[in-house]
Amino acid sequence: MSDAYEIIIGLEVHVQLLTESKLFCACSTKFGAPPNTQTCPICVGLPGTLPVMNSRAFELALRTAVALNCQIAPYTKWDRKQYYYPDLPKGYQISQYDLPFSHDGWLEISDPKGRIEPKRIGIIRAHLEEDAGKSMHDEQAGEADSRIDLNRAGTPLLEIVSQPDMRSPAEAKAYLTEMKLLLTYLGVSDCNMQEGSLRVDANINLHVANPGGKPIATPIVEVKNMNSFRAVERAMTYEAERQFEVWKETGRRLGDVPKQTSGWDDVANITRAQRHKEESSDYRYFPDPDLVPVTVSEEKIASVRAGLGELPADLRRRLEQTYGITPYDSDVIVNQGEATVAYYLALAQASGDGKLASNWLQQDVLRTLKEQSIEIAAFPISAAGLGELLQKVKQGEVDTTRGREVFMGMLESGRSAAEVMQSLGIEQVDESALVDLCRELVAANPKLVADIKSGKMQAAGAFVGQAKKKNPNVSPARVREICIELIGQMS
Amino acid sequence: MSLVELSATQLKSELEAGRLTSLEVTQAFVDRAQKFDPHIGAFLRLNADQALEQARAIDDRRRKKQPVGALAGVPVAVKDLLCSRGELTTCASKMLANFRPPYDATVVARLKAADAVLLGRTNMDEFAMGGSTENSAFQKTRNPWDLERTPGGSSGGAAACVAASMVPLSIGTDTGGSIRQPAAMCGVTGLKPTYGCVSRFGLVAFASSLDQIGPLARSAEDAALLLEAIAGHDPLDSTSVKRPVERYSQTVRQPLAGLTIGLVREHFAEGLEAEVEQAVRDAVKVYESLGAKVKQVSLAHSKYGVAAYYIVAPSEASSNLARYDGVHYGHRTDESALHADLAAERARLEAAHDQEGLDKLDSPLVALYRRSRAEGFGPEVKRRIMLGTYALSAGYYDAYYLKALKVRRLIRQDFDSAFEQVDLVLGPVTTSPAFKIGEKANDPLAMYLVDLYTVTANLAGIGGIALPCGISKSGLPIGMQLQGPPFAEDRLLRAAAMFQRATDWHEKRPMMKYE
Amino acid sequence: MSLSREQVEKVSLLARLRLSPDELEKMTSQLQQIVGYIEQLAELDTEQVEPLSHPVDMRNVFRPDQVCPSTERAEMLAGAPHTDGEYYLVPAVLGD
Repeated sequence: MSDAYEIIIGLEVHVQLLTESKLFCACSTKFGAPPNTQTCPICVGLPGTLPVMNSRAFELALRTAVALNCQIAPYTKWDRKQYYYPDLPKGYQISQYDLPFSHDGWLEISDPKGRIEPKRIGIIRAHLEEDAGKSMHDEQAGEADSRIDLNRAGTPLLEIVSQPDMRSPAEAKAYLTEMKLLLTYLGVSDCNMQEGSLRVDANINLHVANPGGKPIATPIVEVKNMNSFRAVERAMTYEAERQFEVWKETGRRLGDVPKQTSGWDDVANITRAQRHKEESSDYRYFPDPDLVPVTVSEEKIASVRAGLGELPADLRRRLEQTYGITPYDSDVIVNQGEATVAYYLALAQASGDGKLASNWLQQDVLRTLKEQSIEIAAFPISAAGLGELLQKVKQGEVDTTRGREVFMGMLESGRSAAEVMQSLGIEQVDESALVDLCRELVAANPKLVADIKSGKMQAAGAFVGQAKKKNPNVSPARVREICIELIGQMS
Repeated sequence: MSLVELSATQLKSELEAGRLTSLEVTQAFVDRAQKFDPHIGAFLRLNADQALEQARAIDDRRRKKQPVGALAGVPVAVKDLLCSRGELTTCASKMLANFRPPYDATVVARLKAADAVLLGRTNMDEFAMGGSTENSAFQKTRNPWDLERTPGGSSGGAAACVAASMVPLSIGTDTGGSIRQPAAMCGVTGLKPTYGCVSRFGLVAFASSLDQIGPLARSAEDAALLLEAIAGHDPLDSTSVKRPVERYSQTVRQPLAGLTIGLVREHFAEGLEAEVEQAVRDAVKVYESLGAKVKQVSLAHSKYGVAAYYIVAPSEASSNLARYDGVHYGHRTDESALHADLAAERARLEAAHDQEGLDKLDSPLVALYRRSRAEGFGPEVKRRIMLGTYALSAGYYDAYYLKALKVRRLIRQDFDSAFEQVDLVLGPVTTSPAFKIGEKANDPLAMYLVDLYTVTANLAGIGGIALPCGISKSGLPIGMQLQGPPFAEDRLLRAAAMFQRATDWHEKRPMMKYE
Repeated sequence: MSLSREQVEKVSLLARLRLSPDELEKMTSQLQQIVGYIEQLAELDTEQVEPLSHPVDMRNVFRPDQVCPSTERAEMLAGAPHTDGEYYLVPAVLGD
């Protein structure tokens, strides 16, 4: 990236909605069934069949649009988008053209690490449509046939089109991350990119600096086949540089050539232009006569809004305000998803210390999850159990270092903090014994005593070290306190 | 009187009284069809064995005092574009010559539930596109009144088999007049219900916002019986209207008191043949004699009906027929020939260094689509697909499709204001009686203009009934049409029945001396 | 608006119909005639008219989100021209 140009990115996100049945028929939407076992005359478009819309699909779509701050159209209809492809059995996709059910919303993105500034990305529209099937082709086989599986055909799909508001690959990635988080919190999609329930296409071009004039826009390229958010980031980076090279070479501006479509090659790390027939973009949209329009009342929108629950942005703010944790910490926790947030809330409650809970969650719990590749639901230590340990840490019954040992012990044995502490021989040292120990140390270290008296308080650390050698269970904080107090009394 | 001359209503009561068995009735119609249909060609498939077996089973159930449906034992013919599970459903198209749907159309399911005896599948214009049944890929259907003439269309087989007493009841579909026009040309009674009255699920779509399924029969009374069996809300059709099914067969005999009939000024313009006009005007006099008042009304935009219709219908058809691509069902071109042709063409272009030609050369998949469709569809279907594709294509949508939808609104508004003044509108069905086979075959536009009086009801979504009201000098039936506001099927049937009690046009039968 | 042979050829690709040169010729003249007739609609002023796409004014027709068993694969594939028993087969799809 440079001062020579600005990158302009808009994203089209397709998410499969979490319904049991397809958008227009009663076939299951479950992923992974043997090919063509989840089809019926309706989703295969057999002559005479008719679509009837799944109410849940519309509900989930509405929920998403409201959460994306979209305007909800009081009247919406469905249109046929017509093109020939073997995975599109009716020869048209039922979609929405000029009257989508929602439009003009926004999603706020930010990066607590400060790589990008917080900003609102505009949402042009979100509309409901049906998914196509899958066509598979074995490149090695050369002239052989392509195989068509229609299990996916008719799965409800929400298409969310952003404004070209993103100015860097990092912003594009942040938008996708926040979008995925929101959709997951809303429970409208599982957003599994591997299974294709979340798919992304990007439109990208450059505004090239033009000293003394308005920046010059380069032709827009639509990039497809990006299979992860990281791939989006890399594809955008590559494509921006490629477009700048092409610009320098050809000087072509927006409008000089028809819109190009490219595919991202994740292995070669490049985008490749795709063949594009002129007529293929003539979709001949018209209102689907088999479906009737849908109207949405103000009351309906209000009730959807009321039922949204706490969304990620609100949740982050609440964590910061209630528990005094930093925006960075709240971001990490909330971005882990609802289950982790629930764990955190329970942990903060049980330990009585939100900051301590945040530290342990991030440093110990999340690290363990990552190491063991498990979900929080499978984490063996309950929030209450870990809370018990944190209370002990907080009260000085065990220091942080030994606390980690206890944590590991709990993880391995499945036993409670108290039990593990007992087995490790960690016990709270009797106060009078502790005072005796400190007296002993103070008497034996006149040099340190002199240092502390002269104000070099860091010398107290040496008392702690010596005390721990004599009894590993002593609380460092208490040793320090007592020693300083004893020395104070000496004068 | 021969069994085949009994009305469906009479057959039903004779069967219920135990004076006739369904086997006797079905056998009589099967015999009749086997004798006459080779001359007429109304049936694509006469399912004699299956029908007789079904009749036996129904008789058996009746004997055992088991419950039977409303049409128990009465033969019904079905137009060959309503899906019937496991049975050929061809739409008279080569494209679907071997198509056996794995499901029943709602109307077929309802007929089965009513224990109607499904006698056979009737011929039609391919995908219901046409007005003469000449566009069938399989056979011509001849008008039983004159074998040189068409029975009309697209439900030509459905009308002809009733006219020739080969079946008492028959199911047709009407997108722009396809029930009413052949009913008129064959001298039978045919009702196109209000859009949304009968489920379209399983009706192979021609133009989804215009298609309706309806009954053809020898009288309004019989039509009422069949409509009652097939009408009513269906959760499988989003455009099916939720309202209770009226008991048409119970009310059809009740005359309408204080009826006001509208005569449409525009219906009697030039083009209407004198003897048709006369027959229609005579019918008006019959109504007057029955106490009806007559009023002039105007449907000012009706003259634009055909133009609007031939945008809306082909546009929807071009989309509905996109699914026939040789991939998931239906006709597929010979693939090895296709690959050989493409390879030869590629070699020729390469030898000629014709880069433009090479760039334009279809991929194997596109070639498969284009050939399969070119081979599977007949000329009229192709014409309408082309017309509709053009009308919806980039840059033309507003001028054609959107414009037509606006005109459609105007046509509906015309009807709405007419029905503020009158209960029903009465007029001709066609400008002339049945025309000769081949007469309009090479003039698509002339064929389209036959729909002049019928398309407006489809565009407006209202109901209309055609019934015989005269015989021309050349011995052909002449029909008239009653149209009513939405969901006035009961009124249409009662008004038609009033007329039929006062006249005997509907009882006239063709001579059928074919040997 | 007069419809050219080239336009008709383009439409035939959009409609995925293969027309022989003779058919193309005939189709062009027939479509010209029909389109000529249809264009009489242009004489109507419809500026203030709402389009009517559905003849019955219905809204909000939904079905509940309930799964029913799908149709047996063998039954669905039985009518397909070319399958391997699991998939529908088509000539290689390569950027079409």
